[in-house]
Amino acid sequence: MPVINTPNGFTLDDTGQRQVVDPVTRIEGHMRAEVNISPDNIITNAVSTGTMWRGLEVILKGRDPRDAWAFTQRICGVCTGTHALTSVRAVEDALNIEIPENANSIRNIMQLSLQVHDHLVHFYHLHALDWVNPVNALKADPKATSALQQQVSPRHPKSSPGYFRDIQNRLKKFVESGQLGPFKNGYWTNPAYRLPPEADLMATTHYLEALDFQKIIMTTRTIFGGKDTHPNWLVGGVPCAINMDGELAAGAPINMERLNYVKTVLDQSLDFINNVYIPDIIAIGGFYKDWLYGGGISGKSVLAYGDIPDRANDYSASNLLMPQGAIINGDLTKVHEIDHRDPEQIQEFVPHSWYKYPDESKGLHPWDGVTEPNFALGPNTKGTKTNIEQIDEAAKYSWIKAPRWRGHAMEVGPLARYVVGYASGHKEFTEQINMVLKALDVPVEALFSTLGRTAARALEAQWAAEKQIYFFKKLIANIKAGDSSTANTEKFDPSTWPAETKGVGFTEAPRGALAHWIRIKDTKIDNYQCVVPTTWNGSPRDSKGNIGAFEASMMNTKVERPEEPVEILRNIHSFDPCLACSTHVMSEDGKLLAKVKVR
Amino acid sequence: METDPKVLVLGIGNLLWADEGFGVRAVEDFHRHYEVPANVKVMDGGTQGIYLVQHVREADILIVFDAVDYSLPPGTMKCVEDRDVPKFLGVKKISLHQTGFQEVLAMADMLGDYPKHILLIGVQPVELDDFGGSLRDEVKKQIAPAIDVALGYLKKFNITVTKRTAPLSETDTIACKVMRLQAYENNRPTVDDACRTGDARVIGDESWIGPKDYDQEIDQILSQDHEDRR
Repeated sequence: MPVINTPNGFTLDDTGQRQVVDPVTRIEGHMRAEVNISPDNIITNAVSTGTMWRGLEVILKGRDPRDAWAFTQRICGVCTGTHALTSVRAVEDALNIEIPENANSIRNIMQLSLQVHDHLVHFYHLHALDWVNPVNALKADPKATSALQQQVSPRHPKSSPGYFRDIQNRLKKFVESGQLGPFKNGYWTNPAYRLPPEADLMATTHYLEALDFQKIIMTTRTIFGGKDTHPNWLVGGVPCAINMDGELAAGAPINMERLNYVKTVLDQSLDFINNVYIPDIIAIGGFYKDWLYGGGISGKSVLAYGDIPDRANDYSASNLLMPQGAIINGDLTKVHEIDHRDPEQIQEFVPHSWYKYPDESKGLHPWDGVTEPNFALGPNTKGTKTNIEQIDEAAKYSWIKAPRWRGHAMEVGPLARYVVGYASGHKEFTEQINMVLKALDVPVEALFSTLGRTAARALEAQWAAEKQIYFFKKLIANIKAGDSSTANTEKFDPSTWPAETKGVGFTEAPRGALAHWIRIKDTKIDNYQCVVPTTWNGSPRDSKGNIGAFEASMMNTKVERPEEPVEILRNIHSFDPCLACSTHVMSEDGKLLAKVKVR
Repeated sequence: METDPKVLVLGIGNLLWADEGFGVRAVEDFHRHYEVPANVKVMDGGTQGIYLVQHVREADILIVFDAVDYSLPPGTMKCVEDRDVPKFLGVKKISLHQTGFQEVLAMADMLGDYPKHILLIGVQPVELDDFGGSLRDEVKKQIAPAIDVALGYLKKFNITVTKRTAPLSETDTIACKVMRLQAYENNRPTVDDACRTGDARVIGDESWIGPKDYDQEIDQILSQDHEDRR
């Protein structure tokens, strides 16, 4: 391949050493990355491959639209509630169903609760170990760790030297038992890890605290969703009834006692984020603030669908508390409007995806989307069909389609939402951004980086924790004003539906913009297409050669040790794609140099 | 006097990928046929990963139903206990949640709450690569014997579950009412309605005539020497 200049501003050069990182996603499919590295250790070409096929139409066609949420909830282990919410919104849109205010408040609380929970788990349990070294934590002085903790977060009660000594001993025992568990196979001697032992011990301790704390967070969704692990959803509202004076019993309507409990959970969540998560981001960020790689297209093209409608049933940008809009070509002075129905805006392309379109130079809007698998490898593929050593990115190379907004590759997720918010003058987002820039003493450009993506997620967790309380108060006020309605069943009976209709539902999932497009015919699902956040971020090239957000984030990143791709993992993990990784490191001729399994 | 040990009977896996749904279907069936005392919790864990840590931590005795790749003939049931369990959940990844659950156990351990006793009741899957499909007969047949193993294990700890006089109806499932087995299987779109290997509107389109044999074409490409292909 000669040197290629992509339309979205990257120079791809595949002459350097090729390295393959084969991460296997834990939840939503499998993913692999290949890069070329120059002699001075800079990534000059990046290829991201989704290695698993799924087509929702094959399971949903002909089924009852009111049931679709349950199926989509099982696609992925983490986004359960978000998929369910997106699905019921799509059906409500198609059938013109309006939901009660209480249902809107409860849905928002559940969605925000998922944001808080997912962001915490992502940072501490899936991403922190790209920055934090738990083995180095064993060298820390507990007293100095205690002093550091009190300095970065004076309000956090768990900060005594004895507390950190106990945690350190527990870690030691764990490491000595040879059972490193989630800590095993890390690159713990890599100079890319920069924290002093005390900061490592503090952050590793919070890894455990966050693990413990999630038991509290999830109770909100259990109460409103009616059951553990997989909450129930309902087209037309929410499935829980409200009776403020009712008895407390299993299956009984929500009463005052349960709501009071929810309030304590919401307050504790906000405290944990304010006293642990945000101070950690600033403390850790301080040691890495000159490591500003990984921005990719975040400063150029970002997309946010928006979410969290203030009033029920109004999904226009002005009513969405999470901002909506698109920014292209790095022009932050112009926030473009989004229309999910416009066939010219959101389109999926497949020239580099293992699908077949009648005309692959064109994209298709999801309502017209087709999913026809076509697995074929390019002529420069190395290896065997079952063990591909090197993919040929000039041909088809991914199971992920390439969604584009008006032809542009877009980044989605917390950073995209914060960039759109910042550009559109969203007051709360802007204040948060200014706070963190000031605390770290970095310019606004620092936002467009892997660290910026990780910081935006923390800010969003804080914002979501505050907004949960806002909707809780709104819910209580509405109930006290005499409205206890939680569902509108007026159009639940299919005989009231038109013979043919179509709809779209959208949300902001923790990891980015999510939408479902549905066509209903004779009361059954005729076509169902989801475009998920990882499809946007992990997309392969399109017909014009634009690279997607994952690929762009790897470009021009300097790696300390090419055989230990901690920087690549940092960049990709910062998108929250829920990946576990197996890494195969190749020399230029494709020979296996080392095989390292990562988490 | 000691309090009753806390027991978690957990089914894990993804209902949408054929035999991957074994664990969830097994706990569904367990719940329909047996009434359990207050110290026993029966749960559909799906593919929830880290979100399950809390439930595992609370358990003194943990029973896990799952589809496991033991490299045994399809449909074979095999049980593994205690510290051997994570080995089988991590060695070969046939499903997306398995490394996840191995980590769930490690995380419970790090928090000092590893269950005292763990029993993994695993069944070798026949078919996983069938999105929207249900359990294959060989695997479905193992649900009843797998439940018997769980009952025997509970008995060892003097935990009594009671057989219901009549099984609960399918809609009383602890898993997903919408995806209860009969509805899930009977309402699956037919091959004619929703082509399982692609989209009929395109396959039937005259503008596309694909290669006769992809596999052969790919084998041919890959059998050439790398240099020849440059």
